[in-house]
Amino acid sequence: MPEHTIPPAHWLLGRITWDSIPMAHEPIVLWTFIAVVLGGLVVVAALFKFRLWGPLWRDWFCSIDHKRIGIMYMVLGLVMFLRGFADAAMMRLQQSMAFGENMGYLPPHHYDQIFTAHGVIMIFFVAMPFVTGLMNYLVPLQIGARDVSFPFLNNFSFWMTTGGAVLVMLSLFLGEFSTAGWLALSNLGAQDPGVGLDYYIWGLQVAGVGTTLSGINLIVTIIKMRAPGMQLMKMPVFSWTALCTNALIVATFPILTAALVLMSLDRYAGTNFFTNDLGGNSMLYVNLIWIWGHPEVYILVLPAFGVFSEVVATFSRKRLFGYTSMVYATVCITVLSYLVWLHHFFTMGSGATVNTFFGITTMIISIPTGAKIFNWLFTMYKGRIRFELPMLWTVGFMVTFAIGGMTGVLLAVPPADFVLHNSLFLIAHFHNVIIGGVVFAVFAGINYWFPKAFGYRLDDFWGRCSFWFWLVGFWVAFTPLYILGLMGVTRRVNHFEDPSLQIWFVIAACGAALIALGIASFLIQLAVSYARREQLRDVTGDPWDARTLEWATSSPPPQYNFAFTPVAHEIDAWWDMKKHGYQRPLSGFVPIHMPANTGAGVVIAGLSTLFGFAMIWHMWPLAIASFAATVLASIIHTFNYQRDYHIPAAEVAATEEARTQQLAAAHV
Amino acid sequence: MIHMKKLRGPAWLAAAAAVAGLAGCGKTVVLNPAGDIAAQQGNLVVTATLLMLIIIVPVILLTLLFAWKYRQGNADAKYDPDWHHSTVLELVIWTVPLMIIIALGALTWIATHKLDPYRPLDRIDAQRALAADVKPLEVQVVAMDWKWLFFYPEQGIATVNELAAPVDRPIRFKLTATSTMNAFYVPDLAGMIYAMPGMQTELNAVINKPGVFQGLASHYSGKGFSGMTFKFHGLSDAEFAQWIDKARAEGKPLDKASYLQLARPSERDPVQRFSSVEPDLYHRVLNRCVEDGQPCMHETMAKDARRGAAAAPAQAPAKAPAHAQHGAGGHHQ
Repeated sequence: MPEHTIPPAHWLLGRITWDSIPMAHEPIVLWTFIAVVLGGLVVVAALFKFRLWGPLWRDWFCSIDHKRIGIMYMVLGLVMFLRGFADAAMMRLQQSMAFGENMGYLPPHHYDQIFTAHGVIMIFFVAMPFVTGLMNYLVPLQIGARDVSFPFLNNFSFWMTTGGAVLVMLSLFLGEFSTAGWLALSNLGAQDPGVGLDYYIWGLQVAGVGTTLSGINLIVTIIKMRAPGMQLMKMPVFSWTALCTNALIVATFPILTAALVLMSLDRYAGTNFFTNDLGGNSMLYVNLIWIWGHPEVYILVLPAFGVFSEVVATFSRKRLFGYTSMVYATVCITVLSYLVWLHHFFTMGSGATVNTFFGITTMIISIPTGAKIFNWLFTMYKGRIRFELPMLWTVGFMVTFAIGGMTGVLLAVPPADFVLHNSLFLIAHFHNVIIGGVVFAVFAGINYWFPKAFGYRLDDFWGRCSFWFWLVGFWVAFTPLYILGLMGVTRRVNHFEDPSLQIWFVIAACGAALIALGIASFLIQLAVSYARREQLRDVTGDPWDARTLEWATSSPPPQYNFAFTPVAHEIDAWWDMKKHGYQRPLSGFVPIHMPANTGAGVVIAGLSTLFGFAMIWHMWPLAIASFAATVLASIIHTFNYQRDYHIPAAEVAATEEARTQQLAAAHV
Repeated sequence: MIHMKKLRGPAWLAAAAAVAGLAGCGKTVVLNPAGDIAAQQGNLVVTATLLMLIIIVPVILLTLLFAWKYRQGNADAKYDPDWHHSTVLELVIWTVPLMIIIALGALTWIATHKLDPYRPLDRIDAQRALAADVKPLEVQVVAMDWKWLFFYPEQGIATVNELAAPVDRPIRFKLTATSTMNAFYVPDLAGMIYAMPGMQTELNAVINKPGVFQGLASHYSGKGFSGMTFKFHGLSDAEFAQWIDKARAEGKPLDKASYLQLARPSERDPVQRFSSVEPDLYHRVLNRCVEDGQPCMHETMAKDARRGAAAAPAQAPAKAPAHAQHGAGGHHQ
């Protein structure tokens, strides 16, 4: 049992005391808090001034339109990305100055929270929302559906994810965040990581409910709601990767949930699953967390592969090379991703045979992954490549990811891993695949589908600035880490003795600064594009002359996506329709059955988040009340019979007529 | 399209930086270590990388070549919008990586068994085999919050945050920890291995050059983690004997009471030497029973095993050795 030095809890306030407010003693946190409060006040004032509270609540927070939820996921990802990057910048600054006598500007306790928060936020609250947002927005459009199978659940899932993010952000200003690393691997032993670890547990548990439900939702959508004629083997590759990713989510997130429940029992009920005594075994935790953790990597990277597959075919003006082998490669990766988790701890003392097994299974994954890279390569071959922004990111990805994949296979060789595990080489490797793979895909995807979502393209100049700053910044930031790894420098260290290492950390910090410019360029790109939206306007709905069904409708698509459900005959259904002289139907519209907006998702997720908060601080009366309220609100919601409505045929006809005129005005 | 040229920039930059890294300031210890095990591991890093470059280099070059050649502005390049399948190419793109992985897999199988940390050494370095009668130097390692305690059972001494061994004599480390998982890593000597409370791992290695080498904790273990470093001295036999004598002369005895004092969390501790060690102290640390009245894990487990044997006689023979892995049995394989 960890020895709790925390005083007995207050009956109502639990463990919250004046000492829980870190602003009082940490100036960095104080300034952050002041900035957040001022920024928040500006936003709130603006919402009042422009009377936006109503529309924001009705049209967005309560929306069960998959497109709006998709956009909200992207916004969540972007906001959290800025926080996660701020953590990264603070780490780079600390490591570039803390040599010899200089201990840097962050005390160990603060530094440990920052690297933990960076990992947790970037994976759970940046990469996951970005990927989920893309899938939410695109999958129903790509398969010719009007929404997902369970639209309310979709809204609820989003708000649960946001609830988790809120808990993690709250830890900055009330209490502290976990110091145990992004997988909480060092909650092991007599050290009690304190309330930070409880924030970690409940933040992930609340968000995990959202992720799991969203996974179920998208699987059912893809299986049940494809347009007529769209057999699985005619489905766009992005939708295929979404199917595999969500299958992975549904199969693995329960493992994370269970591992965190066992850890909670250790912390709240005094059990000994993962402690050192009474038969507890910390190795069990390490295994469980990685049985979830490794597939998680593929949950993120498979949709990224899907994005690149769409982009490379569109901008090479050519059908994707080897569609079938692409699909089988994706399925292979999905299955194999369950069989490799032990490669995260070859050094934990397993025997040689066990290590060899997991080393070789890991290497085998590189075969289907390699096949994918070749498929993209041969899609470019004999194509007519337009280097628009999405394609630029894709070529940047192919070069960068090839290196990251290679260092990954290197780490899969157990004896090589013995000298590179936990080193900065490992850090460089996984940033190489996550930035080079997932982040580049998110930027490719945003640039590619932005005109679909908002009706105008993103500015080209600032987009190119963003790309080059990111690409060059990435290599300047992480090449030194590869080299430092080969010098035997390990991760999570906040101070170094050897001054000869410093130059590499300074270079890495410069790389981080370049990446910061890349992020700034992206934000400027958004602002400039909004300002120039009339010049960048696309009325065709198909600005890139693309291939899949999402481009068959207007930009932004009407609420119902398609006035008539499209019929697919070929892979690249829209390309096929264009080739055969597709004509938009102009009459014969019928009423369209649509789900109705509801605030229940916000309410139930809000109450669940409150429950998480109460558990974090051991506020038992509040925990009981909020839990009861969550259950009650869910029951009340089941009695809501106004859950759907019909868009009248006349309204559909009017919307479609407006589109006809728009197209005519543009002489298309 | 001018920006395509720039795409090569980062690759050159990476290569240039890598060359500078290998030649310039700081030592890439992973590739040039002073001990035979680390050297073999470092060689494997190079071999595996070269093997993979067979496929990575063409992929990168082809990406850049195709991106350039089939750009929209180049009207001379062939354009075939419906070309999307080639059985021959499919065979190549699946079998070539497969071949590389078969080669790498074979290499992995052999190297993982040969460089298994539990495996006793059979050579001193690439040129010299190990004589059959050489007994390895045993060192028992305890990762504590946040310092390293080393027991030398053969010599009967112990040290904190300083490790030494004679050059060219095999060393057998037995490792455990007091509270938090950790990892023991001397980059010049051999790859890292976890040290975990209530369990014992093992590492066999040898140092081939005299010198002072950096040792560190390589698995994050809490706030004192960054300062949890130590020096590893590769010494001649005579120097090693002196080093032992120094501990005997200068050190205090290490008994249960002074151990419990030492076990309190502390950071950046100076080197400490102990002239003698209370018998069985390491095994008490391993079995988490240094404090009086604490039951030893191996005894509890033996009791559980007997109870299990009484309850289910058929399972008993299989169960007993399985329990021995945990705790004092020491055969963690």
